[in-house]
Amino acid sequence: MNTMNHQWQRFTLKQKLSRYAVYLVLIMAMVQSIQSVEVIPEFFFDAPEQMADMFSRMWPIDFAYYPVTVHDAMIETLNIATLGTLVTLIFALPLALMNASNIVASPWVHWIARFFLVSSRSVNSLVWALLFVSIFGPGVIAGVLAIAFRSVGFVGKLLGEAIEEVNMGPIEALRATGASWMSVLLKGYWPQILPAFFSIVLFRWDINVRESAVLGLVGAGGIGVVLSDSMNLFEWQRVAVALLSIFAVVIVAEIIVVNIRKRLI
Amino acid sequence: MAGLSTSKEYENPFKRNWVSTGIWALVGVYLVYSFNAMGLTWDRFSQGLGHADKLLGRMFPPNFDRWELLLSGLAESLEIAVIASVSGIVLSLFFGLFAARNLMPNWVSVPMRGFIALCRTFHPVIIAILFVKSVGFGALAGILTLIVASIGFIAKLFAEAIEEISLKQVEAIRATGAGFVSVILFSVMPQVFSRFIGFSVYQLDSNLRNSTMVGIVGAGGLGGTLFSAFQRFDYDFVAAILITIIALIMLGEFLSNIVRNIFR
Repeated sequence: MNTMNHQWQRFTLKQKLSRYAVYLVLIMAMVQSIQSVEVIPEFFFDAPEQMADMFSRMWPIDFAYYPVTVHDAMIETLNIATLGTLVTLIFALPLALMNASNIVASPWVHWIARFFLVSSRSVNSLVWALLFVSIFGPGVIAGVLAIAFRSVGFVGKLLGEAIEEVNMGPIEALRATGASWMSVLLKGYWPQILPAFFSIVLFRWDINVRESAVLGLVGAGGIGVVLSDSMNLFEWQRVAVALLSIFAVVIVAEIIVVNIRKRLI
Repeated sequence: MAGLSTSKEYENPFKRNWVSTGIWALVGVYLVYSFNAMGLTWDRFSQGLGHADKLLGRMFPPNFDRWELLLSGLAESLEIAVIASVSGIVLSLFFGLFAARNLMPNWVSVPMRGFIALCRTFHPVIIAILFVKSVGFGALAGILTLIVASIGFIAKLFAEAIEEISLKQVEAIRATGAGFVSVILFSVMPQVFSRFIGFSVYQLDSNLRNSTMVGIVGAGGLGGTLFSAFQRFDYDFVAAILITIIALIMLGEFLSNIVRNIFR
């Protein structure tokens, strides 16, 4: 008879309690933050007016400025993104191999690889750019290295996961023929991770196009330099051109990547 | 010895793949072109490596003397991240619902999808610049920036998750005569809520990272402290800030893993 009166519940008591604990902590953090954050309310209520003012200054858009500087800067931005993505591979491939448990079994190597991957992801690309600008001086090289160092964590992590998911059958078959370590990598693992590899690299390239557009704000080359220069001179109509061209390039890059990835997978 | 004779009918299983060879050749050509186009030379690179040595020398040991400044920047970053995440998550819940094509008529979902796409297109830094110009320096610009970034990410993925739900349960709830809100609460949300939490936790993590960065353009938080330390060449303080940021982000990842396990 007990089953008749049994009340079905989706979650256990412990699950419920821990969920409520998360909600509670979040609400407490929110209340605490709102009380202590320094926000001037007048600025907040003034915001729509100021935004409208800013956009009205952008009009009419100064399209004549595009061929003067924006075009070259845009090409430079694309080059930074592409070259940065290629340089990433030099670091990301060994780290991905070190991070994959079916290639290297030692936990020490995993920890070393993971340390590099996590620190690459933790430091924002703008911060990497600041570091490299102070090393190499303002210019493209700082941008390329910033993009490269930032992407290592992303590419290395996803690539390592792709390597761990390969079918071990062909690899054992190759090993049984007495193939060398390099041959097993090239003819066993590589063909299997090829689609994942290209899709990860393209995905990262898409992100890098967005990121390289802002690196110029700290002096690392590309369209960001034009953007920050025109902004410092209050040339809002030129700012609008730069923003519009970034918008267009980002959209085109995304469309290209989505279409190639559709065919790959 | 028929079994051992090699017949020529077998093709080489490891034959060259001309498509991928072509791609690699293109990559090589591109490398040469881009190095020329951007004027990258080995000279400049090796010169920089000398500077790197000097820079690293000045970064160590990290200088935690001005920990009060560090702590106040850190607190502001955390506040920005928390406020922006909570408001962004709540807004995305509604925006995601409105953008789902299988629940909403076209005249609601199409403009909403456009708005979400617009939020996604620009890098947070560019949005931060625009907000700094319009609402002034400080935490408010950072909060607004990260809210926009959160909407762009969570609302988009949430709308896609809603579009993948099974409509049978929606029909079942509708058949009981439930109103629109009840249909959403009892048939749609149970199917997508765990994924929504997943996106939100990920975005909380990424807001934490970005809150340490928006300060570089003046939108409050630890980034501002970092940028001014860079400009004053206080590289040992820079090292201290960077260590703090990395520690904060690792802590954030640890916490978000716990939350993910709770909501699994």
